[in-house]
Amino acid sequence: MTNHILTVENLRARFQTPDGEVEAVNDVNFHIDPGETLGVVGESGSGKTQIFLAVMGLLAKNGKATGTVRYKDKDILNIPSRQLNKIRGVTMSMIFQDPMTSLNPFLKISRQMTEVLVEHRGMSEGDALKRAINMLDRVGIPGAAQRVHMYPHEFSGGMRQRVMIAMALLCDPEVLIADEPTTALDVTVQAQILDLLRDLKKDFNTAIVMITHDLGVVAGLCDRVMVMYGGRIVETGSVRNIFYDSHHPYTEGLLKSMPRIDTASEEHMFAIPGQPPNLQNLPQGCAYQERCAYVMDRCCVSRPSLFGFDDGRASACFREDRQ
Amino acid sequence: MNAIRKKKNVPILSVRDLKVHFSLPGKGFFGAERQLKAVDGIDFDLYPGETLGIVGESGCGKSTLGRAILQLIPPTDGQVVWLGRDIVGAPHREMQPLRRDLQIIFQDPLASLNPRMTIGEIIAEPLVTHKSELGKDEIKARVKRMMARVGLLPQMINRYPHEFSGGQCQRIGIARAMILEPKLIICDEPVSALDVSIQAQIVNLLQELQREFDLSMIFISHDLSIVRHICHRILVLYLGNLMELADRDSIYANPKHPYTKALISAVPIPDPEIERTKERIVLTGDLPSPINPPSGCVFRTRCPFAKDVCATDVPTVDTVNDHHQVACHFHERM
Ligand SMILES: Nc1ncnc2c1ncn2[C@@H]1O[C@H](COP(=O)(O)OP(=O)(O)O)[C@@H](O)[C@H]1O
Ligand code: SF4
Ligand code: SF4
Ligand SMILES: [Mg+2]
Repeated sequence: MTNHILTVENLRARFQTPDGEVEAVNDVNFHIDPGETLGVVGESGSGKTQIFLAVMGLLAKNGKATGTVRYKDKDILNIPSRQLNKIRGVTMSMIFQDPMTSLNPFLKISRQMTEVLVEHRGMSEGDALKRAINMLDRVGIPGAAQRVHMYPHEFSGGMRQRVMIAMALLCDPEVLIADEPTTALDVTVQAQILDLLRDLKKDFNTAIVMITHDLGVVAGLCDRVMVMYGGRIVETGSVRNIFYDSHHPYTEGLLKSMPRIDTASEEHMFAIPGQPPNLQNLPQGCAYQERCAYVMDRCCVSRPSLFGFDDGRASACFREDRQ
Repeated sequence: MNAIRKKKNVPILSVRDLKVHFSLPGKGFFGAERQLKAVDGIDFDLYPGETLGIVGESGCGKSTLGRAILQLIPPTDGQVVWLGRDIVGAPHREMQPLRRDLQIIFQDPLASLNPRMTIGEIIAEPLVTHKSELGKDEIKARVKRMMARVGLLPQMINRYPHEFSGGQCQRIGIARAMILEPKLIICDEPVSALDVSIQAQIVNLLQELQREFDLSMIFISHDLSIVRHICHRILVLYLGNLMELADRDSIYANPKHPYTKALISAVPIPDPEIERTKERIVLTGDLPSPINPPSGCVFRTRCPFAKDVCATDVPTVDTVNDHHQVACHFHERM
């Protein structure tokens, strides 16, 4: 008996397109425990978002997910949306880079927030409104009692982001999936939102998935990290493993190419050469071969599988001598 | 004084008391017209071969300042002295030849390229406009040479922008801006939309081009860690006003303005131990509206150090030393 709150096994997501099949997510396995924060990093198009859209049953129409997704002990992959709606947005919420993906532009915030509470918590309209105002206040929206009656477009970008977070938190979710929630925001507002997420973890033991390309955000917030490349996990481990003792050449490259504000500048920045791979046209063998400084003959023939170590870390690279 | 200014002490560009105010219709039918002060009195010099970073939160006036320098937005007041001559209000006929020397690169690489033109046509366009005497073959040869220089395969000359990745589109934008061998390039958030691994490639390319062509650059960004790597000097802007202007090492090692301190401390550092223990200055709230900016110091509503005098007196831009200016009543204590 484990106490994983979310378990994902052999998850795959494929899309049918006029140009052929896109294998966006392949053989993804992971789990999250209560109160834990998992960072998911990788370049755009590496499959980060699709994993969690699949988990939430939100893949685009041309997409299909296979494998196992369990919320506690309950299988939830591909169950009817009537059943999924009892979990989605209630005990498991997702927030996005663009708040307008979850906000209805034509409805006042009050209406959008109270609806969920009335439906899922059986609250009265009055109590629901009180809770909505409370939650807006918690995420740092000044004058929440008045602003709850405004429309989404009447908020600034940073405030709209908070409104979306407040909505996601209304039913005290046990899992919060945040997909690049601060990428479009200024560092000052990002710092406020990250503080808010830290408080959630501390006060409510909320499990958080932080999808981001900013390793600085991961360093400050996460307990474990999953590094994605070409639709697969290439390395996973504790935050210390990943930052101080990474094994995969892509992780190493990412860390070295991050500009740092705390070090004096070098003449040249380290850059990973080449382009991220095209998922429709992946090479035979390791997806990173064209950009890898350590590429060997066998890397172009077969694909390294994710190899686990005792301390919970795993890496998919032929340089690990045990492969 | 940084090495570049020591070497060449005649600025290529001098901006003096530059203002850009936009008139907005009043609220309601009889409401008085309102002024949005996007840029409100900015002074700085730029030297040949130098990169000046302009940083601040979104909405603080960075892009407007950049466009006003290029006269793409008419300034309300002040001077933009380019090679000794004020170009504010210069008639189109006089601006046309100057445009060759003054180029801009935008944030969203794909959106800034015309989707119906091949990349060869896009890169050639400034040549066709400004140097039509060159003839077709020479133009094509120059386009191919520039493509190779910025890391694009010259045989892709007849492809369309949508066939390229974000990083490659930014290379196309850079090739187009460089084709006339300008003296100044304004880069408006040129890498903000790119992946980390591609950002470094583009930053390196810009730095190489700068050395090769002795370019001056204005690098607009909200990312203070990238700015630290590419800029010689940094100007911090808030609500259209200069907060601090200093050499790179000075500003990062010894920021004097509370806003600069807050910006720097908010940038996450990719090292768990440092990031979790560093000292932070957290700003509350959002940028106030530039239509109704705070009295006195514009930063006072979010400043953790504000005193009464900050609400009544506008701080002057003080010189800390040769390479450091700051606008705060209490900078000596910071
Ligand atoms: N509806 C769709 N049809 C076809 N391909 C898709 C669709 N949605 C996403 N993809 C593809 O799936 C891959 C992974 O995307 P995504 O998970 O969004 O990456 P990330 O979040 O890491 O940026 C990309 O190549 C993307 O183009
Ligand atoms: S398997 Fe080979 S190509 Fe892939 S990351 Fe390892 S060394 Fe590089
Ligand atoms: S002048 Fe006053 S309000 Fe402005 S930055 Fe200095 S201390 Fe803060
Ligand atoms: Mg994504």
